[in-house]
Amino acid sequence: MTVTADGPLPSAPYDVAIVGAGVVGCAIARELARRPRLRVALLEAQDDVGQGTSKANTAILHTGFDAAPGTLEARLVREGYARLGAYAAETGIPVERVGALLVAWDEEQRAALPRLAEKAERNAYPDTVLLGPEELYAREPHLGPGALGALHVPGESIICPWTTTLAYATQAVRAGVDLHLNTPVHRARRADGHLLTTGRGTLRARHLVNAAGLHADTLDRALGHEDFTVTPRRGQLLVYDKLARPLVRHILLPVPTALGKGVLVAPTVYGNVLLGPTAEDLHDKRATGSTADGTAALREQGRRILPALLEEEVTAVYAGLRAATGHEDYRITAHPGQAYVTVGGIRSTGLTASLAIAAHVTGLLADGGLDLGPVREPEPVTMPNLGEAFPRPYQRADLIAADPEYGTLVCHCERVSRGEIRDALAATVPPRSLEGLRRRTRARAGRCQGFYCGAAVRELFERGPRP
Amino acid sequence: MTAPRHVDVLVVGAGPAGLAAAARLAAAGAGRVEVLEREAQPGGVPRHCAHGGFGTWTRPLTGPRYARLLTEAAERAGATLRTGVTALDWAPAGPVLTTVGPGGPETVGARAVVLATGARERPRAARLVPGTRPAGVWTTGELQQAVHLFGQHIGTRAVVVGAADVSYAAAATVRAAGAEVVALVTEHPRAQTGRARARAARLGHGTPLLTDTTVTELLGHGRLSGVRVRHRDGRTAVLPCDTVVFTGDFVPEHELARRGGLTLDPGTRGPAVGTTLHTSRPGVFAAGNLLHAVEPAGTAAREGARAAGAVLDFLAGAPWPDPGVPVTVEAPLRWIAPNRVTPGAVPARHVLRTGVPLSRPVLYVHQDGRLLHRRRLTAGTASPDRTLTLTARWHERVDPDGGPVRVSTG
Repeated sequence: MTVTADGPLPSAPYDVAIVGAGVVGCAIARELARRPRLRVALLEAQDDVGQGTSKANTAILHTGFDAAPGTLEARLVREGYARLGAYAAETGIPVERVGALLVAWDEEQRAALPRLAEKAERNAYPDTVLLGPEELYAREPHLGPGALGALHVPGESIICPWTTTLAYATQAVRAGVDLHLNTPVHRARRADGHLLTTGRGTLRARHLVNAAGLHADTLDRALGHEDFTVTPRRGQLLVYDKLARPLVRHILLPVPTALGKGVLVAPTVYGNVLLGPTAEDLHDKRATGSTADGTAALREQGRRILPALLEEEVTAVYAGLRAATGHEDYRITAHPGQAYVTVGGIRSTGLTASLAIAAHVTGLLADGGLDLGPVREPEPVTMPNLGEAFPRPYQRADLIAADPEYGTLVCHCERVSRGEIRDALAATVPPRSLEGLRRRTRARAGRCQGFYCGAAVRELFERGPRP
Repeated sequence: MTAPRHVDVLVVGAGPAGLAAAARLAAAGAGRVEVLEREAQPGGVPRHCAHGGFGTWTRPLTGPRYARLLTEAAERAGATLRTGVTALDWAPAGPVLTTVGPGGPETVGARAVVLATGARERPRAARLVPGTRPAGVWTTGELQQAVHLFGQHIGTRAVVVGAADVSYAAAATVRAAGAEVVALVTEHPRAQTGRARARAARLGHGTPLLTDTTVTELLGHGRLSGVRVRHRDGRTAVLPCDTVVFTGDFVPEHELARRGGLTLDPGTRGPAVGTTLHTSRPGVFAAGNLLHAVEPAGTAAREGARAAGAVLDFLAGAPWPDPGVPVTVEAPLRWIAPNRVTPGAVPARHVLRTGVPLSRPVLYVHQDGRLLHRRRLTAGTASPDRTLTLTARWHERVDPDGGPVRVSTG
């Protein structure tokens, strides 16, 4: 098993190099790991998997009911929804099938609901139901006054995006993929295959997959393509404390109208409540900061949707950058002559579609001359559970009896045990920062943000895995 | 759920309030008195307050020494301290709690419960301070533990947000860790601390105090590189730093209270309590900074002892008191505790807070338009981070069947 974060890269050429270890890149790596004959490298500029857009999204498993019918995105989201749902169940990725309500707050929005139901049918999703105000308020008693009705989409679900990405990476690495972190790709050229100049030296590969997310257009240009430009679209989100979780039962989605898209209120599998996102087109691909205007606007809209939410504490404010390309579809393009596949413009549906994207890209690689070789299914993995709908280690008497470390809580707000932190530090893809540890365990992710446990968690992190 | 184990009194939280309550209860023969503490060591927040200011005028102590003395007193009196054990939730009925620790899950029933879960500072996220999410962002509580309990490296240049007593304590911790304090930044027009302390920081350490100034943005990717500040007059500046400490802005640690369905006071956000420190849930009392975030440790400890007295009366057969008459405050006052007047109880004074500095304010106490009490506070300016007290001499004039009591400044 190989995960590197420094030192020179291997000099022998790989069969495939995947640039970008976000949810899409990791899913592709996992799919290629099913082909034991292939030598695969997964390159990531940052120090962890899922460090870009994949870590800062709305964490929803979409049915694809509102995709543009007939697009590649619509198909891959639909397929990915089924694949990821099944994969999550066998891997222990927390998923809650809470369903969504598109809430109409004015006549224009209410008039749009039947059209959305019809669009859902064209996307092969026939299960939507129109609800009148009475049934809507029965389902969501804390909803603000003035809602006129809703479209119920029962299949919309919430999922843990971090565990998903980490599960893919873990399985890929265990099956032989080399994960090279801290490896930004500066230049790419063709010279007897692909020659990538990275922050850690050169790397050769016969086939190249561009899953560089926000930077996919830059890498694409380096290989001579001017197909699209990524305009980062910033989405700021507020995360409310777990004590707010009883206020909402479904994902509350806005009804898209000509005036734009509103914000959603959604529970998370960790038991928080999300409010967001904003949608701001920017030029700076590092502008992951929140702004006073952004959070004020979110709170203003949230106050109408779920007034009691505003009384609760915010435990995190984050901003993700979505890879908008100005096209209403993914930009997945094979360049067979170059042994190169671009996986660009993967928008907020990328988490849902990830496994289907991976299968699709693998097919494109084969079309481009990659001999995939025989299939060997990778060993299943079981991921640590971060979801509140499933037993956490502190709730499991059997686990604590076998190992008292699981009953020794370090992070009190999130009830994270020393055993879970120890396990994360010793895992196949271990964290390299406190933030990475937080995404794997929830330690320091609660309402106190480390007031109580921060120093103790840092102590465990700095001590590292014990032999 | 496991079969419940029974004790006489269960105290949740081994800080000053919980330890003082347990010591008095055990000494008075309340039977089996057990204190649950989720941290590995008892003592609460004073454990990591390496500075002085604890104990009494005649016997000044550092925080850790004070925490040890309270712990020893509780143990000597016969209370059982169970550290590393977290009270998770309530069983459906009665004062019964579910817990977990290295020994596994447990259900513990008691004749009475004292909640003493304390308070914490609100972190950067809850304050909605915009910007990136770099490393190097602290609260005083985390900073003190990192430096004084673990000897961790914190950075080289720190901005301290706030200019209250806790902020100066944070600045001292930054210096103890070998780092430089770039500035203290407060939105208020002056420091919320004693003149001597503010002057010592300014002259003794050369630490600038930026008043009328707010932090508007955190900068930096990976590691903090600076904070953007804005003065009330509109000027902005970037203070280069790799560390920022958000101090003060305390809130009660009220999760267990809320999980138990206890009525919360809208001002303090802690459980609403009457004069005898009883909550809305029969058998459950509360004490310490869970009720008023925050007062000095000595206040919390005295209140713990007072709660113990009420528990002893209850165990001796006194009926559970009525909720009592609510006491509310009007802006610019923020909160008052206790926030119920219990008819017939021995009066105990209130503590309260203002949201803005007030010069020699007059406090008025009204019920249904009737003036119960009026007092000019002589001690100069009332400031947002400092204790105000209100006598309870007017309790006897409260109509138990009347409307809420209102405390205002005019």
